[in-house]
Amino acid sequence: MKRLLAIAGAVAAAMSLTPMHEAKAEGSLTLCWAAWDPANALVELSKDFTAESGVQMKFEFVPWTSYADRFLNELNSKGKLCDLIIGDSQWIGGAAENGHYVKLNDFFEKEHISMDDFLPATVVGYSEWPKNTPNYWALPAMGDVVGWTYRKDWFSRPELQQEFKAKYGWDLDAPKTYDQLKQIGEFFQGRKIDGKTVYGASIYTERGSEGITMGVTNVLYDWGFEYQNPDKPYDMKGFVNSPDAVAGLEFYKSLYKCCTPPGASNVYMGESADAFKSGQVAMHMNFAFTWPGLYKDENVGGDKIGFFANPAEKKHFAQLGGQGISVVAYSDHKDDAFKYIKWFVKPEVQAKWWKLGGFSCAKSVLNDPGFTKSAPYAQTFLDSMSIVKDFWAEPSYAQLLQAMQKRVHDYVVADKGTAQEALDSLLKDWTEVFEDNGKI
Amino acid sequence: MSGLSTAHSVVEPSATSKRVAGALVIAYALITLIPLLWIVLTSFKTPPDSIAYPPKLMFQPSIEGYCNLFTTRTRQTPEYLAAMPPPTGYCDRAVRSRNMVIAGPSNVIPRFTNSIIIAFGSTFLAVFLGTLAAYAFSRFRIPLKDDLLFFILSTRMMPPIAVAIPIYLMYRELGLSDTLLGMILLYTAVNVSLAVWLLKGFIDEIPREYEEAAMIDGYTRLQAFTKIVLPQATTGIAATAIFCMIFAWNEYAFAVLLTSGEAQTMPPFIPFIIGEGGQDWPAVASATTLFLIPIVVFTVLLRKHLLRGITFGAVRK
Amino acid sequence: MNEHSGTISIADKAAATPRPVAVRVRGLSDKGIAWLFVGPTIVLLLAINIFPLIWTIYLSFTNYAANRSGEVKNVGTRNYERILNDADIWAAMQATAHFVIWTIAIETVLGFALAYLIDKKFRGHGFWTTLLLLPMMLSPAVVGNFWKFLYEPQIGLFNYAISYLTGIDRTSFQMLGEVSLAPWAIVIVDVWMWTPYVMLICLAGLRSIPDYIYEAAEVDRASPWRQFVSITLPMSMPFIMLAVLFRGIENFKMFDLINLLTSGGPGSTTEVASITLKRAAFESWRTGYSSAFAIILFVAVFGLANIYVKALNKVKQR
Repeated sequence: MKRLLAIAGAVAAAMSLTPMHEAKAEGSLTLCWAAWDPANALVELSKDFTAESGVQMKFEFVPWTSYADRFLNELNSKGKLCDLIIGDSQWIGGAAENGHYVKLNDFFEKEHISMDDFLPATVVGYSEWPKNTPNYWALPAMGDVVGWTYRKDWFSRPELQQEFKAKYGWDLDAPKTYDQLKQIGEFFQGRKIDGKTVYGASIYTERGSEGITMGVTNVLYDWGFEYQNPDKPYDMKGFVNSPDAVAGLEFYKSLYKCCTPPGASNVYMGESADAFKSGQVAMHMNFAFTWPGLYKDENVGGDKIGFFANPAEKKHFAQLGGQGISVVAYSDHKDDAFKYIKWFVKPEVQAKWWKLGGFSCAKSVLNDPGFTKSAPYAQTFLDSMSIVKDFWAEPSYAQLLQAMQKRVHDYVVADKGTAQEALDSLLKDWTEVFEDNGKI
Repeated sequence: MSGLSTAHSVVEPSATSKRVAGALVIAYALITLIPLLWIVLTSFKTPPDSIAYPPKLMFQPSIEGYCNLFTTRTRQTPEYLAAMPPPTGYCDRAVRSRNMVIAGPSNVIPRFTNSIIIAFGSTFLAVFLGTLAAYAFSRFRIPLKDDLLFFILSTRMMPPIAVAIPIYLMYRELGLSDTLLGMILLYTAVNVSLAVWLLKGFIDEIPREYEEAAMIDGYTRLQAFTKIVLPQATTGIAATAIFCMIFAWNEYAFAVLLTSGEAQTMPPFIPFIIGEGGQDWPAVASATTLFLIPIVVFTVLLRKHLLRGITFGAVRK
Repeated sequence: MNEHSGTISIADKAAATPRPVAVRVRGLSDKGIAWLFVGPTIVLLLAINIFPLIWTIYLSFTNYAANRSGEVKNVGTRNYERILNDADIWAAMQATAHFVIWTIAIETVLGFALAYLIDKKFRGHGFWTTLLLLPMMLSPAVVGNFWKFLYEPQIGLFNYAISYLTGIDRTSFQMLGEVSLAPWAIVIVDVWMWTPYVMLICLAGLRSIPDYIYEAAEVDRASPWRQFVSITLPMSMPFIMLAVLFRGIENFKMFDLINLLTSGGPGSTTEVASITLKRAAFESWRTGYSSAFAIILFVAVFGLANIYVKALNKVKQR
């Protein structure tokens, strides 16, 4: 004990001598993003930046389930951790209005960076606030959208094709409608394939952050759900809880009940990709970022995997994901941060970004004649990006999201109430939020 | 119960009842140790072994989990891998065999360092302040002493999230957000209440006659405190220090809300260790194992003082 | 563990008042030293606990949102009214009550039983007791995170063990995903962690009972059961109550374990007060509203603990 105390004292004394606040080394940048495959690809890509500029890169990656929590907390505390942040599309309203991000218009003008060089949907989704005005707070960095992958190898087995055709009367293939999707799900649910029990589909059900909302909205849009009256902002009654929306939510629950693997009550991107990778499911809903990794996977990749865009119902939409890269207003290294963006925007860097597994938003990459052939999922990605729709990007987005997480998880996973009640409650929650913020 | 034997003495239970009691306690202990054992085992599994069904008890040990803990990796095509220089070292080879390359070091070492700095720093301060205050409370007449002592204790009753709201705002104004200093001050404040209560108990047990005798011999009060009381209280101080350290080491709620990177400690970091998809369980288990080892050692060292520590000195032996 | 008898001193009104020291004091006066020694601690606590508490009280009457820079309006008691009329808050309080009551009940029974058995002083009891204590020393966040893995329906050890023992299909139930099971999943982990804690305090209680009382009972030919009911239980009651107090306060505040295991799900089934508070304060950023909720929670813990300590002291005096 005595010796232990002596050691503890010595260490503590030694530490009080060293400065607590280690200043960041000169010429070093910290980039904050979510912990996922594209981020690791960006680490690989950024080695070129360091080689070119001599600026060392540090990275802070946080899993999706804590990503918004953690980095909005960081921005709100005016922290200096991040010099560059690849923040989620819905944060842009709050980050712009509260001055967390540096406005990039002047920089773009000076460096001759034009937003016309990027896919319009990504410029609106990731860069602009207020929406559809030329006020830019980020540079589109990573295009993303919800889509689906399926097991091409299973779908093409003759005996399964025959059985499927006999049962449902159409050829087993990537579904075009939600009814078809559900039939495929039911067909595979609990089936033994190569001696292993498999299941229909993996979909988002995560409670803690934004998971189930992303999955549900992705389906609801197609059934006719709207956030508000297109002619009258914040007029939500009859749109959020329209009969179409209710039917869509009921469908989502039926899909969860009929066709997901056991234990799928808290699934987001990581878990969903895991379910597909481990050969448990025939189809899987996920953001496009997972596709390069899955395609390269030794067990389910290559010619075993196929990709399809969201099926259509009344309408045809897909939930937008993806992010722009922004300079944090509290950073002490803004010059280097601008240098990074200037480097990142170069066409050759964007091309390599796509090659390493990032989804570039630059037209130079996407409109290249060879693009659709460059990867088996490239076409599906372009198709999906042309039908995107996003969640609220209001400054109060977090509150709006919280409410939706609770209401839909309560209904879909926890079996509480009806779809109508869930959406009615959601309408009430959202109305309250906008009232509190003086929008209504 | 002990009714199995009729001629038992209350002081010394019968051999049979001892055996039965022993068997039950050992069975309970073994069952509750399974999760801990599973953590250590999982840390030595490969990722496929860790998610195998049925759960694998026998497996080829591997330190791939530890490799993954200390690196970030990116999946690449075989062509890309083939174009790279040959792998150096075990981890490099293990990662390449899964069609991945090591992109860089992970953040685990800085986080571990933060945990150590914050735990030692706050412990040192809390024990230092706590010893002084405990001595004063033990030896001097202080107005409103009981109220002050109760006030010190009551600071521990607030839910950490409730405390974190104003601290968050305060630190934002002071520029202490996500700094080691901020976390050390906060943990010191939480730990000082424990330190005062524990140390007051220990110092109460040191006869005051010793100091009085020394003061008659010409010592000043301060000299008596440093030369007589402190040496006598060494064991108590060490035990208190370890309790404070364990608290700071294990703390999660404040750490997750008030730090984001620069000052983040291990507890909020460990659940963030993910692989390509969800959590990379061997890596998580490796981090957990490394993180738990010091606590297991401390628990064994402290076993005689545990009771006192966990009850704020309310129960003494 | 050694065998001396235990004493409880919770909220004991000051030990002996110091006798006036009969020596001339040189250097600093005792009074000076006293303030010098106590001062820094008080200042620190004022800065990190009391000042923030007062600030929280102030904020609880405003509509302040920490993520916005708009003007702060005084809204009177509206936040409090909203909270007390909010069905979700009451649901959270119910989830909290379920968690607190069941964990305490199980931990007390199990902890006392273990203490009773260990008190038989079988061979190697010291060693096994130390092993048994390990779970409670570990970080709930870090260990709780790992329990998620154990609860995995397809590959987790927990479902595997249950299915092995009972024959139920391992994938037919999900501890963390089902409304009926999730509240118990968190209780199980808490019981796993904290039963040793209750055990340790109960053990001190059992060892505080002097042998002569049992010897007297033996002379009176009281049956072992009778001895248990009329001696063992009442005499260790203050200790049991103390353990319940500490666990009660801790579990009322419980955040880390549940946040990592279920983060309040499925739906809002395991959304205890601390999780609701965290969501309101650090995700929705309704700072004023959450401050009011924090104050309510604090008053509740403080009030309940105070009433309980009074009861405890009464039991002790008997």
